[in-house]
Amino acid sequence: MKPEDQESSAVATLDPGPDKVIGPGHDYGTVTDEIGGVVLRPFLKTPPQLFIGFACAFLLVNLFMVAVTWLFIRGVGIWGIVIPVAWGFAIVNFVWWIGIGHAGTLISAILLLLKQDWRTSINRFSEAMTLFAVACAGMFPILHLGRPWLAYWLLPYPNTMWLWPQPRSPLIWDVFAVSTYATVSLIFWFTGLIPDFATMRDKAGNQIARKIFGVLAMGWRNSARHWARYQKAYLLLAGLSTPLVVSVHSVVSFDFAVAILPGWHTTIFPPYFVAGAIYSGFAMVLTLAIPVRRWYHLEDLITMRHIECMAKVMLGTGLIVAYGYGMEAFMAWYSGDQYERYAFVNRMWAGGYWWTYWILILCNIAIPQLLWSRRVRLNVLAVFLIALVVNVGMWLERFVIVVTSLTRDFVPSSWGMYYPTVWDWSTYLGTIGVFLALMFLFIRGLPAISIFEMREVVHETQTEHAHGD
Amino acid sequence: MLTATKISGQLEFLYGIMAEFDDPESLLAAARRAYAEGYREMDAYAPMPVEGLADAIGFRSNWVQRVVFAGGLVGAVGGFMLCWWITVIAYPHNVGGRPLNSWPAYVPITFELMVLVACIAAVVGMLALNGLPQPYHPVFNIDEFARASRDKFFLCIEASDARFDPDRTRHFLEQLDPREVMDVPR
Repeated sequence: MKPEDQESSAVATLDPGPDKVIGPGHDYGTVTDEIGGVVLRPFLKTPPQLFIGFACAFLLVNLFMVAVTWLFIRGVGIWGIVIPVAWGFAIVNFVWWIGIGHAGTLISAILLLLKQDWRTSINRFSEAMTLFAVACAGMFPILHLGRPWLAYWLLPYPNTMWLWPQPRSPLIWDVFAVSTYATVSLIFWFTGLIPDFATMRDKAGNQIARKIFGVLAMGWRNSARHWARYQKAYLLLAGLSTPLVVSVHSVVSFDFAVAILPGWHTTIFPPYFVAGAIYSGFAMVLTLAIPVRRWYHLEDLITMRHIECMAKVMLGTGLIVAYGYGMEAFMAWYSGDQYERYAFVNRMWAGGYWWTYWILILCNIAIPQLLWSRRVRLNVLAVFLIALVVNVGMWLERFVIVVTSLTRDFVPSSWGMYYPTVWDWSTYLGTIGVFLALMFLFIRGLPAISIFEMREVVHETQTEHAHGD
Repeated sequence: MLTATKISGQLEFLYGIMAEFDDPESLLAAARRAYAEGYREMDAYAPMPVEGLADAIGFRSNWVQRVVFAGGLVGAVGGFMLCWWITVIAYPHNVGGRPLNSWPAYVPITFELMVLVACIAAVVGMLALNGLPQPYHPVFNIDEFARASRDKFFLCIEASDARFDPDRTRHFLEQLDPREVMDVPR
């Protein structure tokens, strides 16, 4: 017998409101069909917004290709980097992207360990976001190398030059942290997909889709023994990813904190970077999830409860970040160190980039306070706009830290300004295109919500009902 | 397809007998009864993990955590030794007379490699212990089995079980109030 097609089991796509993680009337079959149906839809029935979105993203991908090709031909001189500010956009973007990735791991690992029911319909999606964000992040330090084709020199491998990387340097810690993070994110994401590949294999009518999903599912047959080992492995992956996600952005912050530059040399950096990473990551999840749930009418699976919870996490981590800013300023004053104090005066009003600092405060601290109001949290458009503002704010935070601090160090003879060129912007916008294009392909080609975990949610909801009666 | 055909007579072509259920609770109860009846070579199939199901069919030792522990140990020791070897043996670098074996600086790489190897071990170990990838398995010979990944629950008693008897096992499964009982051809 063939599973019913999606029309016959269509359920009303109504948002059940802020208290429920799933719409009414769902059973194991309907959640399977609704999520699987997104992937198995005929090509031309893809929502038009997805085509338009992909087309825009693809234009930016082309811009990226041009920018990178020119970079390979001419070298990093095409960027605005100069000697006091050698890090420029490349490192700003690196830190921004890697931070965005952190929300995915937080949702899939930490919230799994904390048994948060609202993580289920957004975890797959945010894991994919992590993967693509880390891919974008990873490109920047490599492009910034000057000779990117020698990037493998960063890895310890036996070579005829008898040279080894310096394992006492945070920059080499970063190589290990980021590559581990990318690999573990990929593994975590793929492991979560295996049972869903099996579902898609059994559901697909198209022979080619069936074969592709069949190969990816590797013969998964939903056996109880398999599930027992699977759950154990998944739980351990979550347990291992939890300290990993904290370590990655801590190591990124060491790149700055271990240096002696005023404005960088701060012990609060590791926790404050991790909170900032989660903050920007949740903002990005919301930026992506809100349009997608509307285009594909998934309001009954990604409910207002999910949106509200994410908005709350954003508010909470935003406050930690605000504390970080406050403490940075306080310590600059309290240290009594003239260089530290000057770094702050320069950052806030004396330097050429004072306005970036105040836009940053506006975007990251002032505007998100609106989320205290439940009415704002339940207004999808407002949450979407605040998430966009936070994305901008978090990018500016990295700009302020990286660029403003570098423009003024200890001796005025080594002061200088940094102005991004068109190639800086092209590379940055290009990676946004790469990220969005990959996201659009993912949403179209793979189940963007974990199907088997939604069945578990259905089971739990039914059991609760049974006990309630 | 041989699905609906009764092939119980020819034991060498029979993988097992499968019963289909509507919900996880009936499957769990059926699995417990089958185990109590003395059946050991059996498997239960469900579209999501069901608490207690693996226990009910007699699955006891889960080796995944041991594999992960071994992986983590290998990663941590390997990561530390890598740093130590680079800084002490391969490329000794005198930084202001500080000791070559500067172990606190090795901690991040040791930790990252521990997580990396443990995670790879978790997934590869889980797949290997599950016998995956597996291109062919007899349960897929049943068309209805496609719903094991959607909304139905199955219990299969395999012909290799010592107590397996085509007629008696089928009779036993029919008593468990299933939707349907099917022969699974090899």
